[in-house]
Order: sequence, then structure tokens, then C-alpha cells
Amino acid sequence: MIVDVTLRQGIADPEGATIERALPALGFSGVSNVKAGKSFRMTIDAESESAALEKATSLAERLLSNPVIEDAAARLGERVAT
Amino acid sequence: MNRVGVVVFPGSNCEYDAAAAMNALGAKAELVWHSTTDLSGFDGVILPGGFAHGDYLRPGALARFSPVMEAVSRFAHTGGPVLGICNGFQVLAEAGLLPGALQKNIGLTFLSQPTTLVVTSNNSVLTSGAVIGQELVIPINHFVGSYTCDDETLKRVLDSGQVVLRYKENPNGSRADIAGLANERGNVVGLMPHPERAMSTLLGSADGRVLLESFVAANVAA
Repeated sequence: MIVDVTLRQGIADPEGATIERALPALGFSGVSNVKAGKSFRMTIDAESESAALEKATSLAERLLSNPVIEDAAARLGERVAT
Repeated sequence: MNRVGVVVFPGSNCEYDAAAAMNALGAKAELVWHSTTDLSGFDGVILPGGFAHGDYLRPGALARFSPVMEAVSRFAHTGGPVLGICNGFQVLAEAGLLPGALQKNIGLTFLSQPTTLVVTSNNSVLTSGAVIGQELVIPINHFVGSYTCDDETLKRVLDSGQVVLRYKENPNGSRADIAGLANERGNVVGLMPHPERAMSTLLGSADGRVLLESFVAANVAA
């Protein structure tokens, strides 16, 4: 399972802004709307994909993100051998 | 206030300064390990600065699930004075005991410097003995100290006098220059600056005393 945590719309993102400002100096032009965030990967034992998704969404909202400033979205990733 | 519990999380590092400040002002500070579930018998609780649980994930994100936090929450809801300094403020915000959140400083640099604060409300256990408009020089020492919240919350905390301290010159991008914030009742207060490090002019400033004296003078269920 993959959980992406991004800053909510309207919340200052100084990291994203700094990265965006650095890009032209490295020769990358035409890049805008850079947003910094976090990505978490995990394996979840569950009856079904939807049950796993539900669990990931719940833990993402409760722990992995702070809903005051961040949005969290869970999605299925590749199954990893354990 | 007689007995003050200073909560120690793995990674706290300002607990001795906080305890020394309390003792210097006539209270009896006791260090309380974060696995404690009972805070009965204490007249006040301090969550000190540091890096609770390594600040992994987000500052305060893991600390809010430490066993002691349920007891802190109960203590707060019965009107007990609770003070979160720096990392302690981050923990209180993550725990939902104070509104809003702290995020990385706008300049993306760790800031360690004296700041001038302005007292904007004395309706809290930390500022009851201070005068509105009074300026205090107190150091900050943080990377994640930029206060933020949604517009509705900002209006509410400003209108209701919950914003107790504001930076005279905003060092970290905090919304409305907010440095210290109380809950509606005024018994739970969090601030990013370190009043326990401003206890003596020999060490730069004694301006933290008026704040911590107010806290020591606060009564349970005030």
C-alpha cells in the first residue's frame, strides 16, 4: 500500500518553493507547481484489497498526516514479497 | 501551585531547565516519565522542549500517543494548568488540546535567537500576571515553529483572546505573528519560545519569570 501525504491547498510550502526556484539554475525550465510531500509504503494483511485500502486510509488520517495542514491519500502499490 | 509534573518523553531535553525554573519560583517540580497514566496529585503539568520520540514523522505526532497524554488530556479537561514549551506546544497541537499546527519555519532554517514578544492577552495561566502590550525578550530554538491554522480558527483565537503572545518581528512565518496560544478556558497554553531559559539577566534575560510566575500562581480548575 502507498500513502501520499501532501500539504493542503493554501498551506505554505517553503520546501516546494525552494526546489522550484533551484530548478532553472540546473537547466530545468518550464517546471512549476512543485509541491513537497511524503510517501509511505507498507504491507497490510487483509481479506481484500478494499479492506486493506480502508485500513491504510484510516491509519493515514489518524497518524501519518496532520489533517490541520495535510491531506493523505492511500492507493494500492505493488505487492512486496515478505 | 505546589507540585508540578514535568513530563519526560524519550528525546525531551529541556525538562531539567523547566524543573529548575519551577523550583526557583517556589514550586516543587517532579519529572514524570511518559509511560505514566496517573497525574493525580499534581497542581500543574509542563510538557518541555526537545525532540519527543525523535520528532519522527512530525514533531509531536508520536508523542501524542504516549500513555501519559490521556492523563494530560483528563487533567486539562478538569481545568488543570498545562504548559507546553516548544516541542511541548507541538505535542499539545498534535493532541488537539490546542487548535492549529506548527510547520517548518518559512526560511527553512533552524532558529536559535532571542526574540521580542508582545503580550496580547492575559486571559491564560501563562500571562495572567503580565500586562497587555508588555514586551518580553525570550529565546526561540526551533525548526518547526511556524504556527498555522485555517482562517476560521484564526479569527476565533484572535477574537477570543486565545492568542497570548505575538512576535514583535516574526522570525518563522507564523500566521498573525502567533508565538503563544491558549485554549478557550485559558488553562492550557503552548508557546514556541523558551521562558525557562529567560530566568536571569546573567543569562541574557529574566523576562520569562513573569510568565512562569503566572503559571505557578495558577490554581487547579481556575
